[in-house]
Amino acid sequence: MKLITAIIKPFKLDDVKDALKASGVTGMTVTEVRGFGRQGGHTETYRGAEYKIDFVPKVSVEVVVDDAVVDVVVETIAKSASTGKIGDGKIWITEVERLVRIRTGEEGADAV
Amino acid sequence: MRKRALRILGVTAALTGLMSVVPSVVHAQDADPVVVLGQQINLLWIIIGAALVIFMQAGFALVETGFCRAKHATHVVTTNFAIFGLGFIGFFLVGFPLAFGGFSYGTAADSWSFGLYEAVGGPLIGSGNKVFLWEGGWALSGDGITAPLIGFFLYMVAFMDTVATIPTGSMAERWKWGSFTIWGLFCGAIYYPLFAAWTWGGGWLAKVWDTMDLGVGYVDFAGSGVVHAVGGVAALAGAMVLGPRIGKFDKDGNPRAMPGHHIPMAMLGTFILLFGWFGFNAASTFAATDVQFAVVATNTAIAAAFGAITAMLWITKRTGKPDPGMMANGMLAGLVAITAPCAFIAPWAAAVIGVIAGVLVIESVFFVERKLKLDDPVGAISVHGVNGIFGVLAVGIFANGSYGNGWNGAVDANGEAIPLKGIIKGEWGQFGAQLLGAAVICTVIFGVAYGFFKGQDIISKKLGKGGIRSAEEDEIVGLDLPEMGVQAYPEFVKN
Repeated sequence: MKLITAIIKPFKLDDVKDALKASGVTGMTVTEVRGFGRQGGHTETYRGAEYKIDFVPKVSVEVVVDDAVVDVVVETIAKSASTGKIGDGKIWITEVERLVRIRTGEEGADAV
Repeated sequence: MRKRALRILGVTAALTGLMSVVPSVVHAQDADPVVVLGQQINLLWIIIGAALVIFMQAGFALVETGFCRAKHATHVVTTNFAIFGLGFIGFFLVGFPLAFGGFSYGTAADSWSFGLYEAVGGPLIGSGNKVFLWEGGWALSGDGITAPLIGFFLYMVAFMDTVATIPTGSMAERWKWGSFTIWGLFCGAIYYPLFAAWTWGGGWLAKVWDTMDLGVGYVDFAGSGVVHAVGGVAALAGAMVLGPRIGKFDKDGNPRAMPGHHIPMAMLGTFILLFGWFGFNAASTFAATDVQFAVVATNTAIAAAFGAITAMLWITKRTGKPDPGMMANGMLAGLVAITAPCAFIAPWAAAVIGVIAGVLVIESVFFVERKLKLDDPVGAISVHGVNGIFGVLAVGIFANGSYGNGWNGAVDANGEAIPLKGIIKGEWGQFGAQLLGAAVICTVIFGVAYGFFKGQDIISKKLGKGGIRSAEEDEIVGLDLPEMGVQAYPEFVKN
């Protein structure tokens, strides 16, 4: 099993969610996060004084999936979250040691 | 000669020989019933005005809280809440008599009066056309306390509270609670009454038409000077004594932006202030039977609209975006600047005043922050101080002689009312009176405010209480918990 974490533009969340559901993913966890990448935030002015917004609002999407579908899911997210412009985000994959469904006690692939 | 020529005070009435023995309440038995009804409606107009101005406290609270950061929000909103009562108590006990103990307004025969025919007291310091303080009606008790007087008190206390709440903006996020409460009492009891006694109360500045031959004396219809500039110089003095918020300027002295936490709240507050301002200005006719209130209300709205849109365009030109905070400041600047001249000018002049105010407020904010290195989180110094002074001067520039002739009881050697005309009508005397009033605010009144804050700071430090500024660690964590015991948004995750 793998944990797929995707940092995406907030307004792309609905597209990503719909695409994942259509591809058979049954659950996901979403968190509002802030951060920066290569662009390094941007500058605004407030009452005439400039200030830097270092941390741009993003949404973090977490999905745990079976190893067999990892590539499909990553591709689905990448496609649905893309605008082609700077700040589209990143996806990374981490190994999941153990997975438990709390209600039934099922483990592993059955708990996905 | 307009009836309104006889605005203000027993001294005026005595001068013109109109002060006779009249009943001191509105239901005079022998009077023309139409006049009696008119005076009763006029008193109602004043009470409606008072209610509208008191509601402006809600506007100030929202504007100032919205422009400050979330960690200080309870503290900022509570200063705005408490100032109403603190200032009120000082004004009720001491301030009102000092400012208006000598105030009366017309006779039972005047349809423009509201029933306050006789002053409750008289001069305390000075006499004749050189009065510096008044007395009478302490705590609204004793002889001569009538319904019209009490109603007039309510309207005047509302103006006083506007002054008292202005420094809570420039001193926000770092003003220790206990020190603030002393200011509220001081403002209501002493600070506001000084300039009010000299002008609206009928004191020496109102009489410079006689003593210095300047126009009709100092004219300030609803208080660009008496209220806003007086509050604005206190905001300036307070910000100077407190110093900037921690982190406002970098080590090279460049200002850093500290964005307010709730812009919609600040914008809503601005509109509430606009709404209340109709009571502030239009009801200052003191008479619903004086239809000039319609001109006043409309000129007020014109200046607000032109001020806001000019500020929007100007800040976009300066920084690239239509900063909503500056737009709000622009509307308020227009309102502050129109407050003194609103009754005496044509609508086109109200538009010009709004445009000037919209530019002036932004350039002033930049100047205060970049050149004076002062920290004013909400722009109170620029909105109320700078534009208040501009409004005072605007009377001497744009007054067109259509209204307010013989103001302050000003009559020439033949007993004819002196016209109220500004520079656009070729008269410079009125501008002189306004300049004098503005200079007094910027020197004497500013000095009183600075002396108060600095003195309070020194005494507090001598007593080992650390001065009037909040403790550094409290300011960093936010004043809400350490000073007020409750956060504004306890369930929000902080940055």
